[in-house]
Formats: sequence, structure tokens, C-alpha cells
Amino acid sequence: MQDKIDQLRKKIAEAIKDVHSSDSLFQIKMKYLGKSGEVSELMKGMRDVPKEKRPEVGMIINALKVWAEEQFGKLDRSIKDKELKKRYAAEAVDVTLPGNTTKKGAYHPNTLVRRELISIFAGMGFTVFEGPEIENDYYNFTALNTPADHPARDMQDTFYIAEDLLLRTQTSAGQIRVMEKCKPPIKILSPGKVYRSDDDATHSPMFSQMEGLVVDKGITLCDLKGMLDEFARKIFGDGVKTRLRPSYFPFTEPSVEVDVSCFECGGKGCRLCKGTGWIEVLGAGMVNRHVLEGCGIDPEEYSGFAFGMGIERIAMLKYGINNMKLLFEGDTRFLRQFKG
Amino acid sequence: MKLPLSWLKDYVDVDVTPQELQKKLFGCGFEVEELIDIGKDISGVVVGEVIECEPVEGTHLHVCKVDCGEHGVKQICCGADNVAKGIKAPVALVGATVYATGKDHVTVEGVMTIKKGKLRGIESEGMLCSGVEIGVNGDMFDGGDYCGLLLLPSSFKNGADVKPLLGLDDYIFDIGVTANRPDCQSIVGMAREVAAVLGKPFKAPDCTYTAKEKGESVKVSVLAPEICPRYIAHYVKDVKPAPSPLWMRKRLALCGLRSINNLVDITNFVLLEMGQPMHAFDCGKLDGREIVVRRAKDGEEITTLDGKNFKLNKDNLVICDGNKPCALAGVMGGENSEITDGTRELLFESAKFARDSVRKTSRALGQHSDSSAMFEKGISEYTTERAMARALHLIEELGCGTVTDMHVDVKTQYSHDGAKQMTVSLEKINKLLGIEIPCDAAVDILKRLSFGVKVNGNELILDVPPYREDIDGYADIAEELIREYGYEHVTGTFMPSALITNGGYSEEQKSENRLKDNLVAMGLYEISTYSFYSEKDLDMLHFPADADERKFIKIKNPIGEDLSVMRTTLAPSMVNTIVRNLRRGNNDGKLFEIAKLYLPKELPIKSLPEEKNVLCIGTFGGGTFLDIKGILEDVADSLNTKFEYAPAQRPYLHPGICASVSCDGVLLGYVGRLDPAICEELAMERKAFIAELDYDKLMSCAKPFRYTPLSKFPEAVRDLALVANLDVTCGQIESEIYSACKYVTDVKLFDIYVGKQIGEGKKSMAYTVTFTPNDEAFTPERVDGFVKKILGNLKHKLEIELR
Repeated sequence: MQDKIDQLRKKIAEAIKDVHSSDSLFQIKMKYLGKSGEVSELMKGMRDVPKEKRPEVGMIINALKVWAEEQFGKLDRSIKDKELKKRYAAEAVDVTLPGNTTKKGAYHPNTLVRRELISIFAGMGFTVFEGPEIENDYYNFTALNTPADHPARDMQDTFYIAEDLLLRTQTSAGQIRVMEKCKPPIKILSPGKVYRSDDDATHSPMFSQMEGLVVDKGITLCDLKGMLDEFARKIFGDGVKTRLRPSYFPFTEPSVEVDVSCFECGGKGCRLCKGTGWIEVLGAGMVNRHVLEGCGIDPEEYSGFAFGMGIERIAMLKYGINNMKLLFEGDTRFLRQFKG
Repeated sequence: MKLPLSWLKDYVDVDVTPQELQKKLFGCGFEVEELIDIGKDISGVVVGEVIECEPVEGTHLHVCKVDCGEHGVKQICCGADNVAKGIKAPVALVGATVYATGKDHVTVEGVMTIKKGKLRGIESEGMLCSGVEIGVNGDMFDGGDYCGLLLLPSSFKNGADVKPLLGLDDYIFDIGVTANRPDCQSIVGMAREVAAVLGKPFKAPDCTYTAKEKGESVKVSVLAPEICPRYIAHYVKDVKPAPSPLWMRKRLALCGLRSINNLVDITNFVLLEMGQPMHAFDCGKLDGREIVVRRAKDGEEITTLDGKNFKLNKDNLVICDGNKPCALAGVMGGENSEITDGTRELLFESAKFARDSVRKTSRALGQHSDSSAMFEKGISEYTTERAMARALHLIEELGCGTVTDMHVDVKTQYSHDGAKQMTVSLEKINKLLGIEIPCDAAVDILKRLSFGVKVNGNELILDVPPYREDIDGYADIAEELIREYGYEHVTGTFMPSALITNGGYSEEQKSENRLKDNLVAMGLYEISTYSFYSEKDLDMLHFPADADERKFIKIKNPIGEDLSVMRTTLAPSMVNTIVRNLRRGNNDGKLFEIAKLYLPKELPIKSLPEEKNVLCIGTFGGGTFLDIKGILEDVADSLNTKFEYAPAQRPYLHPGICASVSCDGVLLGYVGRLDPAICEELAMERKAFIAELDYDKLMSCAKPFRYTPLSKFPEAVRDLALVANLDVTCGQIESEIYSACKYVTDVKLFDIYVGKQIGEGKKSMAYTVTFTPNDEAFTPERVDGFVKKILGNLKHKLEIELR
């Protein structure tokens, strides 16, 4: 019996010597360890072994089986290992090849700025109101403390479509509509297109504005400043400061022009800020009492501030666009640069 | 407005540099748009005396020895015809900068630096200069226009810098004055502001005069007081028209005005200095010694000083004599009463005309002047009075006439002198500003601004200066205080007293954002185009004469024809954008725009029009109809709905590749290929596809989504290859399949084939049909039954066979 086992051991050792694939290894394994394999047959031969010798013989056969399984296992692992390495090598990819993409489009720069502005002010409690683009003279001028003979009308060249109808020159027109309908507290933004009879490299007959209005009890000029500081930091970056300086708009008193410290040079003076360290970004002021009165809001009880900025101007500053015309030409080489 | 520093210094002591003053003015609301240094190009030029002057034989040159005082005696070669021993002239020393002139000795061609050199072999250390070479003209210094040397008076010290002597050390502040401060559109107005900001006294110009003689009376009547609230006339006799003195010419020149003669110059001088447009009539030419201020009669004519003739109407205010219009009020005088060399008596006019009346006349006639510009900004009657006095003072100062006592001052019922008293609460002002301006600081500021101030507890009782017509309430006083006190005192706070409000987008605005997000994710670029176009753009897209798109709103005063009509369709703007891209070599792209159409309710327009939002999509370059349709299907899917498509016609779309787009039976718009005929006309070498959908209707067909429980039973899927007549549409087949069996949840075309194997007039269409069970699993036999029913219906209704 021992001989038989030794022979078998040799046979197995011989058989697996030159095996290099999992498949042939499996075949060999089946031949010896399978249900009717040679080792199993030996086990079946136990019937012919005398009873007293069975434990001893059983142990020997079992030892062979354990040994054989160990051999097969070892070999199997090494073959699988080699095969895997081969596969890895065969499947290797030039990772510097271009990826397969779904080409995303792009938002108009105005949309990007508009969304950013709205999200800043929405966080401060502002809602969005969009008024009509074609307005009555009343909403665009008269209600904004700019009667027909007012010289401020010359500040804005207006497109008229009828005696009393015009293309709004400012989104402030929409604020009157809001103040007529809603009572304080009011915190609204009115973004939208406005029109002025101007056409050159820095002016376009159509452009967009974002107007903000707050009316409540005890609103002060300092509150306007605080909110604008916050706005400037969020849109142009931490460390950007604002500066107020006197100006004039018919619908605010006092009126201010608001500059931000140059975010390009940090205020030292550069080409963007024309060496002044400051960039003009918007106009603002405390809502004129006549405007409040005209909307049925008691100026003795309430005060408020308003501010308005050109969306294109912010976009041009933020993204470094040098010509306003580009915004309205729809050139795909321009548009594709605005990821967002 | 232009403010020369030298003129300003007459009325206020300026003890800061021009640059410092610029900063201070900026801080209190006057932006100096340009600070002009008159002599910035000139340096190293001194007074020199020619002590020897010998001609150089065979040339026009002279070799001179020039005494330049502390700079020594220089040998200078000079070609000027007026060089001579004993004269004094400007000497540009070696290293000096002066203007280089052209051959005509008049045209400035740049700035040059003087070098030591040789002329015809003779050493020359410097240059004797003409007026032009150092930037001085005849209005700035007598003889400045002569093309030879500028001769200087012998009193000038040899070697002295010429710049202060010739006024080349002056600066001009070009100031942007805001519309609320017409009182600052003058030298005096700005001097008051400068005095306030520097804390110096304001020295008012001399307005004294003596009426030396009695004047023959002139009758003045104002028949249109509503547009001429105040009219002052004063008669001056024995006038002597002559050139103005240098000091007056120089000031006019610094502000860009040409000198005419002393009488006319006085009116222009007063306009610049006081901010009051004045007029001088030749009184001898006024019929009946009479002035009538009235509206023009329809068709009445006038020829103004510049020789232009105008036909007038009742909106135009005219100043007439006993017979005829002699001036277009506030705009320009008439030729018929012009001051000439022969004028011996004149009538000064200083009046207030309503600003919108002047503006309307000036615009309607296209006739603008410094006078009309000033009236349009608005003037105060205080200025009207002072200006007349100043003009009469100047007549005396120049000795060019005899001021009489003939003074007529018509104060109509619309007249008001501007002076007012008001009481404001400092507490209220501080509450508006959010800071505490101390009472004494406030009083000091207001006094500097020429307000009369009395303090009564927390209240200030103010006498408002008569020229400050903009001051109207405590907010205006708040602005006066803060602009002088300094905006740096305003520190940020965060609305501590305001109620909390809930901010953010409305649902509609959120939907718009989502739609844009989806379109961008699909690869589309968002564009923004002008809301107006030209009627020609509608022709370009073949809109017929009776198309609704031609019922548009016209702009009354467009920039040009190209931008004269409010748009009634976005398609032309999209097509123009595509054409522009193709011309620039951008060969393909997908674009969208969401914008408004402006649809009048009636024409001519009387009321606010409908502003309708539209989504327009345009693709160009590669792709087929199915690509742009795919975008629409994705849009529908994002709204959780489906669109229906049917063959349709649009003026600008290919008749065979155009579909209406509807949702639940509501027409949303059209999609199709741009008509190749139009492409050819526009020289487009690539295809384009356009879709235009009513945005509001589109958004209202969005369906809210709800979770549908997943089927516990597996779906059954069958492929059906069908043979149909060529004219049967895919849409017809799909809807038949859906309607034949309620378990069909998806029908997808996966192949379409036309060819010999199928036979003439036929096509093969292969679909994958999905059946979804609800409450029990389908047996194969049951699904077979569904398919049989579907095929039966298809055969019966559309003559379709299984392939």
C-alpha cells in the first residue's frame, strides 16, 4: 500500500511539473482528487484492507490527499497570479488618452452673475421681483421723483414707443410697483433688462440691471454700507472694501456712488482701477421721501435704501471681459469659456 | 464744467495743491474728471534779453547774445523776423521742453527737448521762442498769435521762469457736476463749494455799479409767465464795441470760448462766472423800444446769430420787439438785433426761462448753445439778479458804456426768489445716517455752506441760501452734512431694527433655473440678443405681409433702423447669431435664449403690451432634425411630460422638415430646419435647425412627479418588425400601439429601413414594445395575445403587416 501511495505521490508530482494554465491544472486535479480520481479510488480500496490496518492506511491515504491538495493549491495560486499579471499587462490603458465626455454647454455670463447676486441677497432675506420692460412714464420717472422738466431725465436717453410708454431705463421702475402693492418690511431685488439710447464700446442700448430695495423701520445709511460690504466681499473676494462718495439720483437722498477697493491690485493702483485703487460698481442711497409718499408709505414711520448695479459691468469686472459687445454677439468661442 | 484755478483764486484763497483740492472735491461730491495742467509740456523757458544781434550773411538767421539773468549770457541762433537788439523774449535753455511746430510755425506737432547744437556752423545754446512754441495764444498774452518771437515787456526780469508770468502755471479742473446742483455750474458756484470744503471765506464778485444817467424807457411785457417767471432788462447807452482786455480774453480762452468784442464777451463772461445766460440786444434795432416775451405764433420765423433760419410754433418762447421775434428765448439771439461795431446802445437781458421749455425748443429745432444747456439744468432767480448787476459792473470796469437807471424787473406770479426757511431735527438726520454728527459740527458745516443757522434744542432753524433750490427736506440737509463731515464716518451695520424676511427665488424662477440647467447640461450655450431688431429681419425670414409677427411696436427714436422694432419672434435674432458664428468660422454649435416678445394689444399702441417669454433653440453645423427634436424630448422629460409633434408649416422652416410641438393638445410652438432657400440667401454653408416655444405655456405643462411603486412582476418585452406604407408616420404607429393595449409602457423605434427587400412604397419599422404588469405576472400566452391585438389594430387601421 505504502508503495502504491509513494508511486502515486511521484506521479502527481510529475504531472504538475509542467502545468502553466489553470485549465490543465484543474484537469489534473480532477484526475487525482476528483470523485473518481485516483486518490479517491484508493479510499474506495479501503474495503479490501483488513480492519485493524484501516486506521493506519486511512491516515497514510489522508496524508497523501492533504499533501496533494496543498500542491495543487500552491500551484493554482501561482498560476492564477501569473495569469492575472498577464491580463493586467494586456488590459493596460494609456491613461493620457482623452476621456469620453458629454460636452456641457454654458450659461451666459449675465446669468452667472445674476444667480450669484441673487444667492447673496436671498441669504439676507431678499425676494426677486421682475417688472415689465415696457413701462409707463409714471413708473419709470415721475414716481421716482423725476418729473417731466427734471434735468435728470437727460442723464438717461430714453427710447419712447408712445407719448406715455417707454422702454424702461432703470429697474427701479419695478420697485414702485412693489411698494404700491406690498407694505413694509420690503426687501426685494429686481433684476432685468433696461434700455438707453447709447451705443459704444462701454455702452449698449440694452443691458441688465439688478436693483435692490429695503424699506422698514429705522433703516440707516450705515445699514446700506453694512450690506454693501457683505456684497462686495462675497462677489469680489474677502478683503475687498467699499467706499461711499456723494452722488445724485432723483429717487434717493442722500445718494452715493459706491466704489470697491480694486480686487486686482488690492488697492495699490493698476490698469483695472486706472491707478486709483478703487472701482466704481454701483449707485445707491436712502429712498427719497417723495418716492415713499407716492407709494403710500409714511416716510415718518419708515425709511429705506436702494441700490442698483449693471450686471454686465459686474460680469466684465469679474471675468475680465474687455468689450461689452461680446456679451450680445453669441459667439460660441466666447460663450464656451463661461463654465458654471 | 471747466474751472480755471486762477479764476477760482479771485473768490477763495486756495492754500492746497491742485491735486489735494481734487481729492477734497471728490470727497464732497464733485468729481474732477480731468485735472489739466496748462503748462505741463513746457519747462526750462526763461525771460531773455537780446543784447547783441548780428545777421548771418547769406541766411535769414541772426546770431544773438541773450542775457538770461542768473543763467548767464547765451549765444543763440535765431531765424525769426522780429529778432532785434534790445527785445525781450522767452528763451528755451538747453534741456528745456517746448512744442515743436510744423513748417507753418503754427501747427503743433509734438513736444521737443532743446539741445545744444550748430546752425550753419554757428553754435547755439538754446532757442528764442514764439507764443505757439510755449503754448501761448493771443488771448492768453498779447502777441501770442504772432509766428515770430513772443515779445515780452521790459519789466520782466531776465532769467525769470516765464510760466508764472504768462499764466502757464495755471490748472483747469474739469468737474462733473451732478444734476441736482445747477448752482455749481459756474466759477462762483464752485468757489462757494471750495470755500466750504477748505473752511475759507467766500469772496463774492463785485456787483456794484452806478446808474450815471437817466435812460429812455423801454417797455417790457411778459405774456407767457408760466415759462418765463422772471425777466430783468437794463439799458446801457454810449457803448463802445472794442476788443476785450487781455484778462477777460484769457479767462474766456481758458474755458474754451472765443472772444468776440467787449460787449458780447461780458455776457459770456457772466455766463461762465455767475452761471446765468445773458443776452445783449442792440437797442437801436428794437422796434418801438419794446420787449415782448411770448410764445411764437405757428409758422413765425427767426434767423439766429449763426445765420440759421427756424420756423417756430407755440411751444417756442421768443423775445420780440414791437414787431418781430428778436431772440429764441434762452437758446440764441436773433440776427436782426445783433451787437455790431456800429452798436451804440444796448439792452441787457437776464431772465429765468423754464428748463423744460428751453429743452423742448432746443431739441425740436436741433439748436443748442451754452445758454440753452445752462437753462436746461436750471437757474435760480437770485443768480438772475446778481448776474445783471455783475454785467453792469463789468461795463463800468471796462469803460465801454454808460450804465443808465433804465432797469425793468418783471416778477411774474410764477416768480420765486428761492430763499426759504426750514426747521430740521438733527436727531432725525442722525437716525437716517445711522451715526451721530455732533451739533456744533453740524452747525459749522452748514454755516460754511452759507446756510443761516439757529439752534433751538435739537432743532436747527435754517435759512437756505437762495440759489440752493435742491434743498427740500431734512434728507437733503443730511446729505449736506455727511458729504462735508465725511463718508468715512459711515460704518457698516446690519439692519438691527429690521424684521426678518424670508428671501429666495419664487417657484417660477426656480423652474427657469432648472430649465437652463438642463439645457446647459445637454450642451447648449445660452445667448442674449437685443430685444429690438429691424423690419428687414422679418423679410429675411420670409414672414408674409400679413403675418402676426408684423404687428410690432416701433421705437419712436431708435438709434438706427437696425434696432427700431420690438421683436415679435426670437427666430431672426437666433438666425443672425448663427450666421455670425458661421462667418467667424465657428462651424457648429447649439444655442438657446429665453427672452421676451412684445405683443401690442392694439396698434397704434396705447397701453402696456403683452410681454411674452419665449424659449428659442438653434443648432447649426452637424446633426439632423432628430437632434434638435431630441433636445425638445429631453426638455419634455425634464418637465415630466411628453410633447406631441405633427407636420406643420412656418414661413422660415423647410416645408418638409417642420413640426408643431404641443403638449396635452396645447400648441407650444414649432421646430424644424431653417429653409434652405433662406440659407442660400444668407450664404450659410451649413444646415441650421430652429425651435421656438412659448415659454409660459411650456412651463405650465410640467407635471409634478410622484413615486409609482415598482412592479413586483417582471416586464415583458417584444420586438416587432413592421412593414408600413411610406406615408404612415412613426407617431401614428406609436399611438396605435399604445391605444391597443393598456399594459404598454414604452414603445421604442430601433430600426427603420427602406429598400428592395421591402418593396416599392413601403418601409420597415422595428419597435421594442414593453409591457408592464400591475397585479399579476404575464404568461407568455397573455403577452402573445397583446401582440395579436396590436398587430390586428395596425393592420386594420394603418394597413401594416408583420415583416
